[in-house]
Amino acid sequence: MPFSTLTDIQAKLSAGETTAVQVAQTYLDRIAQYNDDLNAFVHIDPEHVLAQAEASDAYRAKHDARPLEGLPIAVKDIFCTQHGPTQCCSNILKGFEAPYDAHVITRLREAGAVLVGKTNMDEFAMGSSNETSAFGGCKNPWNTDCIPGGSSGGSAAAVAAALTPAALGTDTGGSIRQPASLTGIVGLKPTYGRVSRRGIIAFASSLDQAGPMTRTVKDAALLTSIMAGHDAGDATSVADAPSFDWLKACEAKDMKGLRIGKPKEYFIDGMNEEVRAQVEAALQKCQELGAEIVDISLPHTEYAVAAYYVIAPSEASTNLSRYDAVRFGHRCDNPEDLEDMYARSRDEGFGSEVKRRILTGTFALSSGYYDAYYLKAQQVRTLISQDFKAAFEQVDIIATPTSPVPAFKSGEKTDDPLTMYLSDIFTIAVNLAGLPGLSQPCGFAQDLPVGLQWIAPAWQEDKILAAASAYERATDWHTKTASAFAGKGGES
Amino acid sequence: MDIDVKKIANLSRIRLTDDEAKALAPQLSNIVGYIDKLSEVNTNGVAPTAHPHDVAMPQRADVVTNTDRRDALQQPAPHTESGLYVVPKVIE
Repeated sequence: MPFSTLTDIQAKLSAGETTAVQVAQTYLDRIAQYNDDLNAFVHIDPEHVLAQAEASDAYRAKHDARPLEGLPIAVKDIFCTQHGPTQCCSNILKGFEAPYDAHVITRLREAGAVLVGKTNMDEFAMGSSNETSAFGGCKNPWNTDCIPGGSSGGSAAAVAAALTPAALGTDTGGSIRQPASLTGIVGLKPTYGRVSRRGIIAFASSLDQAGPMTRTVKDAALLTSIMAGHDAGDATSVADAPSFDWLKACEAKDMKGLRIGKPKEYFIDGMNEEVRAQVEAALQKCQELGAEIVDISLPHTEYAVAAYYVIAPSEASTNLSRYDAVRFGHRCDNPEDLEDMYARSRDEGFGSEVKRRILTGTFALSSGYYDAYYLKAQQVRTLISQDFKAAFEQVDIIATPTSPVPAFKSGEKTDDPLTMYLSDIFTIAVNLAGLPGLSQPCGFAQDLPVGLQWIAPAWQEDKILAAASAYERATDWHTKTASAFAGKGGES
Repeated sequence: MDIDVKKIANLSRIRLTDDEAKALAPQLSNIVGYIDKLSEVNTNGVAPTAHPHDVAMPQRADVVTNTDRRDALQQPAPHTESGLYVVPKVIE
């Protein structure tokens, strides 16, 4: 039971073999048993979880089940939820209780989901290892000396250790896909504008997008089909987004006729050789399934990280100006005057990585530097988008490694921010171009999971789901589980 | 590049201690040194991205859709009185 997929649990619930309360209790038991080892959850309210499960069972007794009826889903601490704290793993939001649900949360509740708690993350989603969390780091279930990736590290670790069958994450530069890769699960970042950002604490508004973290491709499709949709409350949520049958897209059994682009800039010197070998083997498997592998080039790839570290901090510096100790958030003791209140509250409330990003962004936007940095980065962003457009004239989809390395040791990169930033070298361009991307498990390097990343043109998540489903059917990487967290607790 | 960290911190309304400023200066220089890589790219005539997709900003009918939720929205505030936010005195 614990390592079940949403689809498995759904079948058992429909057949009357289990109840939402039993399912919720199974995962609550596992959280009680294992969360201290992982620090994947930063807030759990068992009574509230069971109350939602009871309500779901009661609903099922009287009505047709809704699409996520009784399914437990964990929520990254960045989504506003009316029940319990929403703290973005930052001291500046310590004790904050949101006065409304994020749009995505409303959609999940209306679909019958049982929200199981808030998961750990890098503070304000700024990090690639979950180590900037104000509530302590999170461990990788495959090796607890290692980081789970970030920023959605808690969601990734919780799914990988089966403390929940699925979780929500957000992805600004790889924060769903990179931790999914490092923990051996599936993570999907939908096309920018597919999912409403309202009620998701903003980091970099032109890049942020929410998505699912699950054990299988079909589960990711199921969750996205509920999360997606226009919301008049988010001006960047696209009203007439092209759509398709999300579950049907997962029925693909082969890749006949599929042209997969293999960009040379994503197979570079310095990447882990075992990771390279696993991804090459995955592409070989795709060829056996009928795909054609086409060598392509995305020539501006090497500038993606630099452009991102101008654009994301610039947007962050403006977004985070709302933490002014007036309407919400931490206020320092005995402020001398208004200036002192702002400056001291923000110094006390923000952690060092958040300060670094705010300062970088303020610098890039400051008088005399705007053209050289911000404007230039947005021009380079256009070139990166054009690279993808040109590539998609030649191929249907692109496949790359998700991360150049498997999970690294806790503390290994914390002293050198720039080295940490380069962890996202293969995921960032997708955000800059607003494209959909998915990571799925494709092997192991140094006994740690390796992820295969799929990238499609905007609004064509169906192509990704088809390719990833066919690959998943032909391999068994998605069935591997972290042995330390297997068994015990909640078998049913 | 030498960055005046204290000046940037002041613009950001973050009061850094001297130790924090000292630690941040070389880190910011490193980061800015890296993003200077952008200057290698020829961007003559390239339009800057304003939105990831080629879409127009949506419009909606000019009608009131939100209800009065002042109490709920002020609930998380550090200090309110009679429905107003209270801050230190601004004008003597």
